[in-house]
Amino acid sequence: MLMPAPDQATIARRRDIATDLRRIVPSEAVIEGETGRRVYESDGLTAYRQPPLLAVLPETTDQVAAILRYCFRHRIKVVPRGAGTSLSGGALPLADGVLLGMAKFNHIREIDLANRCVVAEPGVTNLSISNAVSDAGFFYAPDPSSQIACTIGGNVAENSGGVHCLKYGLTTNNVLGIELVTIEGDIVRLGAKGLDSGGYDLLGVVTGSEGLLGVVTEVTVRILPKPAAARAMLVGFPASEHAGSCVAAIIAAGIIPGGMEMMDKAAINAAEDFVAAGYPRDAGALLIIELDGPPAEIAHLLERVESIARANGADSVRVSSNEAERLLFWAGRKAAFPAVGRISPDYYCVDGTIPRKKLSLVLTRMNELSATIGLRVANVFHAGDGNLHPLILYDANKPGELERAEQLGAEILRLCVAVGGVLTGEHGVGVEKRDLMTTMFSDADLNQQMRLKCAFDAEGLLNPGKVFPQLRRCAELGRLHVHHGETPFPELERF
Amino acid sequence: MSQLRPADPLQLSEAIAQCALRRETVELVAGGSKRGYGRPVNAAHRLDLSAFAGIRLYEPEELVLTAGAATELGKIETELAGARQHLAFEPPDWRHLWRSKAAPTLGGAIACNLSGPRRLRDGAARDHHLGFQAVSGRGESFKSGGRVVKNVTGYDLSKLIAGSFGTLAAVTEITVKTVPAPEETATLLLKGLGDSAAQAAMTAALAGPYEVSGAAHLPGERLTLLRLEGHAPSVTARRDALVALLAGFGAIESVDNDTSLVHWRQVRDAMPFANLPEHAIWRVSVAPSAGPPLVAALSPELDFQHFYDWAGGLVWLAVAGSDDGGAAAIRAALPENSGHATLLRAGEALRERVAVFQPLPGALATLSARVKATFDPAGILNPGRMYKDV
Ligand SMILES: Cc1cc2nc3c(=O)[nH]c(=O)nc-3n(C[C@H](O)[C@H](O)[C@H](O)COP(=O)(O)OP(=O)(O)OC[C@H]3O[C@@H](n4cnc5c(N)ncnc54)[C@H](O)[C@@H]3O)c2cc1C
Repeated sequence: MLMPAPDQATIARRRDIATDLRRIVPSEAVIEGETGRRVYESDGLTAYRQPPLLAVLPETTDQVAAILRYCFRHRIKVVPRGAGTSLSGGALPLADGVLLGMAKFNHIREIDLANRCVVAEPGVTNLSISNAVSDAGFFYAPDPSSQIACTIGGNVAENSGGVHCLKYGLTTNNVLGIELVTIEGDIVRLGAKGLDSGGYDLLGVVTGSEGLLGVVTEVTVRILPKPAAARAMLVGFPASEHAGSCVAAIIAAGIIPGGMEMMDKAAINAAEDFVAAGYPRDAGALLIIELDGPPAEIAHLLERVESIARANGADSVRVSSNEAERLLFWAGRKAAFPAVGRISPDYYCVDGTIPRKKLSLVLTRMNELSATIGLRVANVFHAGDGNLHPLILYDANKPGELERAEQLGAEILRLCVAVGGVLTGEHGVGVEKRDLMTTMFSDADLNQQMRLKCAFDAEGLLNPGKVFPQLRRCAELGRLHVHHGETPFPELERF
Repeated sequence: MSQLRPADPLQLSEAIAQCALRRETVELVAGGSKRGYGRPVNAAHRLDLSAFAGIRLYEPEELVLTAGAATELGKIETELAGARQHLAFEPPDWRHLWRSKAAPTLGGAIACNLSGPRRLRDGAARDHHLGFQAVSGRGESFKSGGRVVKNVTGYDLSKLIAGSFGTLAAVTEITVKTVPAPEETATLLLKGLGDSAAQAAMTAALAGPYEVSGAAHLPGERLTLLRLEGHAPSVTARRDALVALLAGFGAIESVDNDTSLVHWRQVRDAMPFANLPEHAIWRVSVAPSAGPPLVAALSPELDFQHFYDWAGGLVWLAVAGSDDGGAAAIRAALPENSGHATLLRAGEALRERVAVFQPLPGALATLSARVKATFDPAGILNPGRMYKDV
């Protein structure tokens, strides 16, 4: 993966830059030494490593603004970082860029139960928001599997999802407001505790912008009352096609479960070896379906879902009988990545979304690709919303395997796009899928997105080398090229 | 003013490119039902987008619909109802406020980021807008998003386009998420509560596992409404639990499906203000607990009526007694740093004179103007519709 050529002059000024930044933050909050910088050299996409020019760890919005103003004035690149769990290399440092670590922004500022929201600093972990309001009977709905570690700021930057997003929405549907510092050091508030602000929905654009538009320094999220009860069911099918048609039939029947996840045989067995959740090892595909709400609703829907499942070829159905068992059912799914990590030296997680009805086509093609390239794939799948997570098994110590894993990943994503889907459902483009953007977008589409970037960051200093395959200068993008058409619009001509 | 009616995306981009070249402004119109929403636009051309109509794709089991932007909402709603689905953001019909008879379109619902009482639980148009095709103010065709719900590929321009009132691009095709319609709806009616007590009751209901999908208070009738939707056994269970919870708030009546639909249509469409043709009508979005204090802070001299939706977070105001439609007084009463007051209905002169949308603080205004310029550098699309010089 080619990153923009580092600016040697900036690298040569490391010492001076560190000294300048120490005027903004306490001395120990600037990390300059080799070992200290190595801590930040990669995120969850560990195939890529690059220690930053230096790391700086602010703890107030004013410090962030001062750091960004300084970097803007001196044209120094900046890479924001939360917990560094990104799976797309979004937080990958640059040799000539300051890594802006948000870990010290780790306080919950306000729990406002009357308005059903929490105001948190961006370095607060996803799970700790739910934990903070749990006793009051609330939770924060988007629940990425990395929720113990990942930060709410990172979630906003990636528009992260989780198994409960089918019913409760993604990060973008659950964030009410943010405070954002622009690269020029301006502090703006987008949204607040109320719903719907007037003006352009910049909150909606910044959510999912992968740290390219500004640094998030505060997040207001909505919290929801915990459902009265929840039960999960494990449904085994002979093959993925049956599970896929079962998912479609459940939704067509007007039922939106709290969660609906699919695993293939390889993933079922890896998870079962790891956590012994009671998964049916001989099943070709497994659905974990969670129903939540008042017990009367759960009882009613369990019955309906079971009969739909049977009609679609299910050969085993197990319903959790208590909370411990429900959590055990999920434990296998939530541990699917580390479980796969045990059966293979390395694995590479792909993240495409497809229209669900294309599932069996995509799985068949994926098996062919896997055979051709010679690497095994285990599949976990947010089945309700078509978000695939093929895990490609490889061994980085075998020469050429990483490249083949990446090649297989890219082929799978091209396939997702070809069937009407998209390159990434929740992990972001980052550096990983950057060069595939042209499979989904035309030049005009990408130019418009890059122009939007220019509105926030005309010098391209925030997280460059991510998301866009080709960096273009804002002046060039901004120019109004109007080519005179061959067939001018007749009315306009008459006018 | 000249009328242009491009027949296809190619003609549309040609028309806009020509206008950009000549710096001639255009007003974008699909159905025309919401021309009274926003600041008045005086453009050189009217660009009629009505050719971009028709449902292109509807797959209920995939929860997705794609249609031309000028497709009538009514057509879409009928189609969805056939598969027992709906648009969960509950697009309101405010035509009576503007005395318009034109048919509202999907493009209009997205462009104005409409939302009804269910905004409280399920979001606004923005939350259901998955992707689109459009022609920018540069005359360039571009797309964003897709047809799947989970998609973080590139910037989420679908959000930005929702609520941009046609000032960024002429949208030709829209993909939205569709949702199963509730099997059953029930409404609890609490009677005789004042604003603060009603707000307390709504807050209590929303703090528990009842999945309230509408919470409104009509001070005129002293009526507080709480909506429950879903599968029939679930609605019954939640209704009973909620009645028990709220017993301390006085008399509670529970009404069935059909009566509920009538009540919520009235709230959604602002029917309490149906017979106030001369009043300035505002929608004020604040933190829910700030709703009643905002109203209490307004002087009776404004000669206003009000009601609440979104559990107090949406204050509807109809103002008679003020030269500026109450703009200064209402905006002064907003809590610091938050709250948006939008002038939904007023005569042209007033909409010309006062800010229709909440004025933005300096840095945000600059950023918004820059965003506009990236889509429409010549400033030709719906000029001034949102802000005076944008
Ligand atoms: C085991 C595992 C499981 C995972 N499961 C899921 C899952 O189920 N669903 C899912 O969606 N993701 C999942 N992820 C991916 C990852 O956890 C999410 O993308 C998460 O939101 C990243 O948060 P972070 O704090 O680690 O951010 P980082 O990795 O530090 O950064 C991610 C991006 O956000 C930017 N950023 C971070 N903080 C800020 C800020 N304050 N302001 C501006 N930009 C910022 C960075 O520049 C970078 O581009 C998983 C990752 C792992 C390792």
